[in-house]
Order: sequence, then C-alpha cells, then structure tokens
Amino acid sequence: MNNLLAYSDYLVAFLVLTGALFMMIGSWGLVKLPDFFTRLHAPTKASTLGMGATLLGSLIWFSLSDGSLRIHELVISLFLFLTAPVSAYMMGKAALHRNRPVIERTQDKELAARAARQEGISK
Amino acid sequence: MKRLLPMPWHSVMLLLVWLLLNGFSYGHLFLGAFLAWLIPVLTYTYVRGHPPVKRPLKMLVYILRLLKDIVVANVDVARRVLMPNRLLQPGWLAYPLSLSEAFPATVLASSVSLTPGTVSVEFSSDRSCLYIHVLHLEDAEALTGFIRQRYEQPLKEIFGC
Amino acid sequence: MLSTVILVAAMMVGVAMLFCLWRLIKGPDITDRILALDTLYINSIALIILLGLFHGSALYFEGALLIAMLGFVSTAALAKYLLRGDIIE
Repeated sequence: MNNLLAYSDYLVAFLVLTGALFMMIGSWGLVKLPDFFTRLHAPTKASTLGMGATLLGSLIWFSLSDGSLRIHELVISLFLFLTAPVSAYMMGKAALHRNRPVIERTQDKELAARAARQEGISK
Repeated sequence: MKRLLPMPWHSVMLLLVWLLLNGFSYGHLFLGAFLAWLIPVLTYTYVRGHPPVKRPLKMLVYILRLLKDIVVANVDVARRVLMPNRLLQPGWLAYPLSLSEAFPATVLASSVSLTPGTVSVEFSSDRSCLYIHVLHLEDAEALTGFIRQRYEQPLKEIFGC
Repeated sequence: MLSTVILVAAMMVGVAMLFCLWRLIKGPDITDRILALDTLYINSIALIILLGLFHGSALYFEGALLIAMLGFVSTAALAKYLLRGDIIE
C-alpha cells in the first residue's frame, strides 16, 4: 500500500502538470489565433482535456488518501464535458448572427452567410 | 401515477448521486428521496421526451470511443495552436444530416464539437444540415465521411431511427 | 514533491488566466469577451481544485461545482442576450 501511494504521487503530479499545460495552451490559443471562430476551438477543446486531467489527478489523490472512491470530480468533469459543446454552440451562433469576420483564407466563406440564415441544403 | 412520479429513472439517478455526493446516512436518504421526488414533479413539463436508447451496450462503446477521440482531438488542437498561424487552414463545412429527431442530432452536434478539430455552430431550420467550423480543413469530403461513419451511424443504431 | 508540482501547475493556470484577461480587455468584439470569460471561469475551477489538492482538503469542491454551474449559466445567458436582445427581434 505504501508503495502504491509513492507511485500514485508521480501519477498525480503528471496528471496535474499535463492538465495545467493543456489549459495554458488553450488560453494561449485564445490570444494568438487569428479570428473568432478559430479562437472558439482552443478553449472548448484544450480546456476540456486540461480540466479532465486535473480532475482525474485530484480524484486519484483523494481516493487513495481516503481509501474510498470519490465522485465529486466525476460530477464536475461530466458537467464540463456536457456543457462545453453547448456553450461553444451558443457563442458560435451569437458570433455568426453578428457577422464576425473570418480570416481571408477560410474555405467556403459563403457558407457562413447561409448558416446565419439557417438555410437547408440547396438543391 | 404519472403526476406523482413522472420520471422514475430520473428520480433513482438523483437519489443515487445525492447519496454518493454526501455519503450515506438516514438523514441524507430522507432528504435525497424528498428532492428526488420533488425535482421531477416540478420540472417534468419542461422535459421533452427523447427516443429511447435501443442498444445500451452500443452506447457504452460509443461513449468510450468518444472519450478516446476527445484525448486525440485535444492533442491535435493543442499542436495546431502551437504551430504558426500561417499554416492554419480553417474552413466551413455544411454537413448533411440524416438523423431527423432532435435528441440524437443534439448528441451528434455535441460529439462533433468535442472531437476532431470541429465546432458545430448552427443547424438549418429544417434540420437537414449542420454547419460546422473546422480549425484545419484539408478535405471536406473525407471529413464528412469520417463524421458519418464514426458518429452518425452508431447513433442511428443506438436510437434506432 | 507533490506540493511543489501543484504550485508550478497553479502558476501555469495563473498564466493561462492572464492570457484570458488579455483577450477580455482587447476584445475586439463582445463575443470575444464572452469567450474569454468562459475560459476564465474554467481556469478558475482548475485553480480551486489545485488549491484543494495543495491543502489536502475536499471542502473546495463545493465551490468548484458552484462555479461550474454559474459559469455555464452566465455564458448561456450572455450568448442568448446577444442573440435575442440585439439581432433577431
């Protein structure tokens, strides 16, 4: 059991650092990506994994030190995994209807206008 | 019966989560049971029904694969964020939906948002088309085919529609 | 060892929050600011969890849960306000 605890320290350290690294990359994407829609990708994805890794680390640490499985972390990560796409969708929709510009080389730019009008597939 | 206990499975879930979060004691069992009864009674009129899950085992497989895909997609997006902007090739994609019901289409849109460098942004009003923004679009046809066979087909089987 | 690692991780999350703050101030549009706020609250959840790990106390999780819920609701409300109050009607 003591051995397991010693190893689990390394595992927790690894998970926590990975999580923090992904959150930093996600927020860095927020700063450096060129237009709103590309910026939307960085936080919704990288932050989800960052949170997932951090929460997993915390779950392992508290479970081992208490000796019983904790589900607080699971509840938070489930909640984040369920809400991240929904908030991304809502922000994307808001940006779409405000006609936010996209960078010049975006492919199929005219699709954005069609999406804003909620058109179906034109025959 | 429908008035008193409108969503029995939701009630069981609520009670279970309440007990797991707070630890077992008779007080919590009582309070949890009360809340598990009260919340569905207050909210069931807002919940629109969704098609029942026909293949629960398939759904488990789907969720596990989704988790794996989330990790892969996240590493991919992180890599693209760290690359210089001029290598980025963003694009729009109109994905022709063949799922017709609201709930499976929502699950599909969420899966797409969580995975391969794509965010779903808007549905067409007749729900025939899902508009997706792609962080790095190389081949629209290939991506459409990938989403169809990896996410949409399994969802169709799971919900049997 | 673990407490040092947690401090380093907390520092990294702090830097991430500074990035969000930069986007929040710079804009250029309100949608960017909402996105920055969204990311900021997710980062703050991570910071609270790291704090809980550092002190070895499980009490912080209630706070993390609350921030997660309120953050999502406020993002949704702000986006809805942009859609309803300004553009559609």
